[in-house]
Amino acid sequence: MHLFIFVIFAGFCVAGAVNLLLQSHPITSALSLIVVMTSLAVLYLLLGAEFLAIAQVIVYAGAIMVLFTFVVMLLNAGREARTRGSRAAQVVGLPAVVAILAVMATVILQAQGLGATRLSDGLTNVKGQTNLDQLGAILFTKLLLPFEVTSVLILIAILGAVALASHEGSGVKDQGSERTGEE
Amino acid sequence: MSAFLQQEVPLSWYLILSAVLFSLGVVGFLIKRNLITVFMSIELMLNGVNLSFVTFAQQWHAVKGQIFVFFVMMVAAAEAAVGLAIIIAVFRARATLDVDRIDRMKL
Repeated sequence: MHLFIFVIFAGFCVAGAVNLLLQSHPITSALSLIVVMTSLAVLYLLLGAEFLAIAQVIVYAGAIMVLFTFVVMLLNAGREARTRGSRAAQVVGLPAVVAILAVMATVILQAQGLGATRLSDGLTNVKGQTNLDQLGAILFTKLLLPFEVTSVLILIAILGAVALASHEGSGVKDQGSERTGEE
Repeated sequence: MSAFLQQEVPLSWYLILSAVLFSLGVVGFLIKRNLITVFMSIELMLNGVNLSFVTFAQQWHAVKGQIFVFFVMMVAAAEAAVGLAIIIAVFRARATLDVDRIDRMKL
């Protein structure tokens, strides 16, 4: 059962990622990235990380990708031009990617002591805590400071996004006031 | 039926999948010419790394790997918001999303 589900959703992941590369329209790329992220959520469930599976669907497939599709539609991004790209990317970059992948695959396949996972293998411990119990217990005791710092980071990111994307320059501002005047 | 339920998947397969996703993200970063798609390739790389974090959390029965993924998700959300705002600002200044034509910091 586990093998069956793993093969199906790993296939979805790789197919979505390859489709992201092959599509020339950004909106199709965004949709294939959503496929990748949702399949990854299923794989997290198989690995016993229920909370992360839900967070993956809500935060990544939900919030972040909606933001992406929203920007694609807002900027009316059309088909991308097929250019040759930079020579550095072709001469150095792509062989380097193949080399990195080969090295990682060799190291992973030769690694000793990597276990296997079964469908019923959650991260259950002796006290019978669920995954969410354990996450919350560590997150709100030992790691409370990083957690709060992250909330400040997100606040700064919101302010930065608003400041960057808001209208600047007189010409654009005039357009905005004209529009409100028409209404 | 119980044998069917007891089937095991080696964790190295998950790690290989994570390496493949990361490499596909790097390839996308190199070959795509649209600024938004380049940004999506970065998200793909982040997701590949997250998968290997969760796999090792399962391997060592340590929940800290999952907490790291949680923090990566939060930072990725902040990064996406700021990055897309920058893309909007660049598009407003240059009227293009082609990375070949956005090669100068100055206007």
